[in-house]
Amino acid sequence: MTFETWLRADRLPHIWCSGCSNGTILNCTLTAVDDLGLDPDRTVFVGGIGCSSRSVGYVATDSLHTTHGRALAFATGVKLADPTLNVLVFTGDGDLAAIGGNHFIHSCRRNIDLTVVCMNNLIYGMTGGQGSPTTPPGALSTTTPYGASEPAFDLAQLAVAAGANYVARWTSYHVRELERAIRAGIETPGLSFIEVRASCPTNYGRRNRLRDVTDQIEIFRTRSMLKAKYDRLVAAGSPVPPDAIVVGEFVRRANPVMGVPP
Amino acid sequence: MALEIMEGSIAIAQAVRRCRPQVVAAYPITPQTHIVEALAEIVANGELSADYITVESEFSALSACEGAVAAGSRAYSATTSQGLALMFEVCFNMAGMRLPLVMTIANRAMGAPLSIWNDQQDSIALRDAGWLQLYAEDNQEAVDLHYIGYRVAEDHRVLLPVMVCFDGFVLSHTYEPVDMLTQEEVDAYLPPFVPKFMLDAKNPVSMGMYATPDYYPEFRYETDLAQKRALEVIREAGREFGEQFGRDYSALVESYRMDDAETAIIAMGSICGTTKEAVDEMRDAGKRVGLVRLRTFRPFPTEDLREALSGVSRVAVLDRNVSLGAGGTVHRGAVVLEVKDALYGEPIPVLDYVIGLGGRDVRIEDIKRVVELCEAGDGDRFYGLRTEVL
Repeated sequence: MTFETWLRADRLPHIWCSGCSNGTILNCTLTAVDDLGLDPDRTVFVGGIGCSSRSVGYVATDSLHTTHGRALAFATGVKLADPTLNVLVFTGDGDLAAIGGNHFIHSCRRNIDLTVVCMNNLIYGMTGGQGSPTTPPGALSTTTPYGASEPAFDLAQLAVAAGANYVARWTSYHVRELERAIRAGIETPGLSFIEVRASCPTNYGRRNRLRDVTDQIEIFRTRSMLKAKYDRLVAAGSPVPPDAIVVGEFVRRANPVMGVPP
Repeated sequence: MALEIMEGSIAIAQAVRRCRPQVVAAYPITPQTHIVEALAEIVANGELSADYITVESEFSALSACEGAVAAGSRAYSATTSQGLALMFEVCFNMAGMRLPLVMTIANRAMGAPLSIWNDQQDSIALRDAGWLQLYAEDNQEAVDLHYIGYRVAEDHRVLLPVMVCFDGFVLSHTYEPVDMLTQEEVDAYLPPFVPKFMLDAKNPVSMGMYATPDYYPEFRYETDLAQKRALEVIREAGREFGEQFGRDYSALVESYRMDDAETAIIAMGSICGTTKEAVDEMRDAGKRVGLVRLRTFRPFPTEDLREALSGVSRVAVLDRNVSLGAGGTVHRGAVVLEVKDALYGEPIPVLDYVIGLGGRDVRIEDIKRVVELCEAGDGDRFYGLRTEVL
C-alpha cells in the first residue's frame, strides 16, 4: 500500500489553493499511517473547521468533520467509546489555538491517546486572512492591517507545558522528518501533538511579501533550527536568530494516559 | 442624498463607524468577514476612536461586548450561523441584563451539514433570547437599521440588544447603491449612549446575580414588557428617521400591492425583492396577489400584521427556516407559527412553504408556483425538493 490507497480519489480535486502545503502534510500523515500498517477500518480522522480540517474529507476511512475548535472534544468521545480505534485529528492554528484553545490544553492535560496534526499557517486562511493567535507580531492580516500587536502562541511549548506525551514541530518542507514524527506520535501512548508550520501564499504570503509559492518554503528551509542546536545556543548564552523556527522533537515521555485499551 | 455603489458589508461597516461604537469585538466567519475586516482597518486608520479586539471566538466576542456595555460603552459585533450558535449563552445573558447592543447577522444556514450559504435558521433559532430582530430587504435598509437599532436598543423604555439581520452573500457580498448619511446627520439622529445602569466604582451595582424563584419570573416578565414597548419605540425611531432623511421605517410590516389582494405572501429579508418582481408579473397577468414583508420578527408585530391581512382570502408564508418537528405531520417554519397565531380565529387559510434553505435559489417562477399551490390549498411543505436525491 501507499498513501494513495488512503485517499478518496472521488473527492479530488481538493479545495486547497496553489502553493498551499496542506496536501503535503496530508500525504505525510497518510504515509505514516500506511508505514505503520494501520487498518483503515480501525482508523478515524477528525477535523474541526478551516482549510486544515477539510483534510478529513479526503481520507478513505471513517471521518468526522465537526464544529469550529471542537475536533479534540469530538475525538475524545470517539476514542473513549472505542479505545481500540486509531484516532487522528487534523486541525489548524485558528481551530486549535483560538476557538478551541480550551480543548487543546485539556486534551494535553488528560493525555488522551490521540495524534493531533496541526497545520499552523499563522492565519485564518479559509475566511480570508484574519489574524490568528499564531500570527507573528508585526505580520499583516486583514484584521491587523498595520501589523499584529499581540504576542503569538508557541503551540509546541504550550502542548509540552499542558502535559502531552509526545510533541514535535516540523515544517511542510521537512517531509521525511514530518512522516517520522507522525509515526512516533502514533506509536507513543497519550496525546501526541505535531505542529507543522504550513505555507499559505493566498492569505498570509501575499500580505507579507511572501507571495510566491516557494517563498515560505524557502523560509522553512533556511530558518529552521534543530531543537538540539537551539538548546545548545541557549545553554551557551549565544544569540539565537529571532526568526528561527525551532524544529524537532520537544518531548517524548511516558506519563499516565487516558483512552488506551485496558 | 448621494448614492454610492458599495458592497453590502462595507456599507454596514461604514454605518457602524458613524454610530461611534467604543468597542468592537468580533471573530471571523463567512459571510460576515468583510464587515469586521473593514472595521478593523477603520479603527487602525484612526477613523473611529474604538478598541478593536481580535478575540479568540464568538463566545469571547459577545462576552467582551457585554462587558463593554456594562461598563457604559457603546459596542458592536457581527456574526452568523455557527458563530451565533456559539454566542447562545451570552445572548440570553445580555438580554437578561438589559444591556443594549447592535449586532449584525449575515444570515446563514446552520450545520450539519456544513453550509456557508443563506437562509435564516441562525437568527430564528435565537427567537426566544430576548433580542430584537430586524430583517432587511436590501443594503440601504440594512444600513439604516443600524442607526435605528442603536436608537431603539439604548432607549430606556427598551434596553435590549438588537440583531440586524441581512442575508449572507445575497446582500453582504452584493454591490448596491447606498445613501450613506454623513457623520453629522447620524450624530443628529443618534445621541451618545446614556446607560441607565453601569459599572461604576462610586455607585457599585451587581449585574447578572442570582434570582431565586421568588424573583426570576418577574425578570422575564419585565423583559417581555420591554419587547412589547419596543413595538412603539421602533415605530417612533423609524418615523423620525423618515422625517430627517426621507426613508420612513415606521411600519413594522410593509404592504406591497396589497390593495384588493386575495392572496398575501408573507416573507422576510432579501427574498422580498424577488417576491415583489413576481407580484408585479402576477398582477400584470390579472392575479390579485400582494406581499406583506415583516421588518421586525422580535417583537412580533401581531396587530400590524392582522391589519395588513384584513380582507385577504389566503396567506402563503415563505419560511427560510424550518422548525423541525413543528406542525405534527406537516412541515412548518417558525414564521408561519406567528402568522397563524396572529390570525387565530379568522377563517383565512395560512399555508407554509419551507423554501430557500442552505442557499437554494428562489426564483420568480418559484414564487409564482407557490401562489398556485396556495390557491390549490397545497402547502405546509418543503418547496422545491430534489426528490431524486432523497
